[in-house]
Amino acid sequence: MLNRNIPKIHRSIFALAVAAALSVLGAWSASAQDAEAPPRQTWSFHGPFGTYDPAQLQRGFKIYREVCSNCHSIKLLSFRNLAEPGGPGFTEAQASAVAATFQVTAGPNDQGQMFQRPGQISDYFPPPFANDQAARAALGGKLPPDMSVLAKARGYEAGFPYFIFDAFKMYQEGGPDYIHAILTGYADAPAGFALPPGGQYNKYFPGHAIGMPKPLTDGQVEYTDGTPATVDQYGRDVSAFLMWAAEPTLNARHRLGFQVMIFLIVFTGLLYMTKKKLWHDVLHDPELEKPRAST
Amino acid sequence: MSGHSTYQPQSPFMQWLERRLPIASLVYSSFIAYPTPRNLNYWWTFGGILTFMLGVQIITGIVLAMHYTPHVDFAFNSVEGIMRDVNYGWLLRYVHASGASFFFLAVYVHMARGMYYGSYKEPREVLWILGVILFLLMIVTGFVGYVLPWGQMSFWAATVITNLFSAIPGVGDPIVSWLWGGYAVGNPTLNRFYSLHYLLPFVIVGVVVLHIWALHVVGQNNPTGVDPKTEKDTVAFTPYATIKDAFFIGLFCLVFAWVVFYLPNYLLATDNYIPANPGQTPTHIVPEWYYLPFYAILRAIPNKLIGVCALGLAIASLVFLPWLDTSRVRSANYRPAFRQCLFIFFAAVIGLGYLGSQEPSGGYVIAARILTVYYFAFIWIILPILGLVETTKPLPNSISESVLREGVPVGASAPPSGA
Repeated sequence: MLNRNIPKIHRSIFALAVAAALSVLGAWSASAQDAEAPPRQTWSFHGPFGTYDPAQLQRGFKIYREVCSNCHSIKLLSFRNLAEPGGPGFTEAQASAVAATFQVTAGPNDQGQMFQRPGQISDYFPPPFANDQAARAALGGKLPPDMSVLAKARGYEAGFPYFIFDAFKMYQEGGPDYIHAILTGYADAPAGFALPPGGQYNKYFPGHAIGMPKPLTDGQVEYTDGTPATVDQYGRDVSAFLMWAAEPTLNARHRLGFQVMIFLIVFTGLLYMTKKKLWHDVLHDPELEKPRAST
Repeated sequence: MSGHSTYQPQSPFMQWLERRLPIASLVYSSFIAYPTPRNLNYWWTFGGILTFMLGVQIITGIVLAMHYTPHVDFAFNSVEGIMRDVNYGWLLRYVHASGASFFFLAVYVHMARGMYYGSYKEPREVLWILGVILFLLMIVTGFVGYVLPWGQMSFWAATVITNLFSAIPGVGDPIVSWLWGGYAVGNPTLNRFYSLHYLLPFVIVGVVVLHIWALHVVGQNNPTGVDPKTEKDTVAFTPYATIKDAFFIGLFCLVFAWVVFYLPNYLLATDNYIPANPGQTPTHIVPEWYYLPFYAILRAIPNKLIGVCALGLAIASLVFLPWLDTSRVRSANYRPAFRQCLFIFFAAVIGLGYLGSQEPSGGYVIAARILTVYYFAFIWIILPILGLVETTKPLPNSISESVLREGVPVGASAPPSGA
């Protein structure tokens, strides 16, 4: 019927208008982004069943220890964390051995003096500098951020409408993607780009002028398990390690999450069937379907 | 079936108690025999969802408070301690942090349902105003709670929002210092926000009791907006409404669990994982998503004082809806013109939310101004006029009649059943 079709056409015009408006907004917000979006990597901890790869975390830890820890602290991480389930999978003996290679400040002792002693498994990773001022003084005025929750403190805006798709894709790896992109994003500044003194050009850093010199080169850290010793691989491994440092309970969260989802699906299904049965009599009430006697 | 029975205590103990404190019959008449319209749809389950979420936030919040340290030097690390060293601390914190978002999601659906079906109209004005007070309390509670982790966004949100009061002529600056407990956001601010964040949820509980009391005095509205006339129009609250509420709470929890377990940081700002630093302003200060429409209204106006007033008025206007809406027909199902204007209003609020998350420049500001004008025009101009001039569709004689007519267009050939 014609008069029924008109509202339908109206509706599709309205839908088209909405779609057009949204795509314009999307393009607008995409163009508003300055730095290049970090390419998305494949992570073992992505998705509902994702878990950390202990071998990758051990490689990432090696990079942190040999390279990053010269400037970056990781104050919230304890040596005992290295031996906890869902992490790099070191034994307690190995974690204690790692701790013993660090000197930590302890005290005061009975004479009231602070003193240095080898680290114990219960200690936290000692920072490379005594305080922020010492770090700035040694590094040309720049303060390297603490790495404890760095992987959750960095990211980039996917923009509309991609952030909606990301909710369905369970995309939570903006931080490690960004860190990997920074580590692999060093390049020569394009002609005409005014690099401030002490700055390095980085494709993915907001504003492109990053204070950190290129930290990794191919072959710099020795891998003993046959993994390619490339900057790309280093970036991936250290990003995974930093994600674990920032979110050490991810494995447990994914495991419990699956159990909760299964329970909720079954429980909600049972509630739905109970509701259907209870309401059947209300919706098919013979009393209502009879013509009502005047009251 | 409609369960209009009264409570008869059976056991000697319950009879003894009934003569001294009739709490069992109160529960019975309020949550078991209480008649609810038989045609309620699932939009009516969000009141139950909100009550559930309030319970979730209070329980997780009390346990989090056992492990949290309200001090500028320790707050950030104590939250990280909860994440790392407290048994299931990560679960408590992610449920509580995402729970705030889901609480607001539910309250927005609940308010939209109230507006669509005209639930604020006579005789439910007080019920509606109590709801607006609850919304305001939620906004304040959510804001002071967001400050507690003492990340960059916590600190700067506290600075920006408390600074709004400095727009008040003459006494603005003293008021801001009084709010801060000093000359900048600092430890006294964090301490009082923590105290308020513990206090206000229980104020919310108190107002929820009044809200439910008012609801049980006037009865629930329903999709037709026609009052129940006979027992056939209603069903007993238990089991009919309770099972529907429980089913939808289950569905709501599925979405909630999806975020808590798989996307726990999706709704949180990455900057809030950087410890608060008064010396460094983040490039882009954005509130949580549930404040964005009001944030966009604030920024749409170039004058700070007028902007703050508009922000306040945007929320305060809701109080006057029962009197600004002049139509005697409640449900938008029978008000085609109102229905269209209302959907544009909802789209405007969502649009303002998007604009609130963007840099306030260029076309974004112009768009925010247009939507702000529509926001206020809808409430203060369209609602009063529309009620007087619009043509409404014929209402069903009763709820039962509308249930029978389901599938048949209202006003079509089906004769009214019964005279």
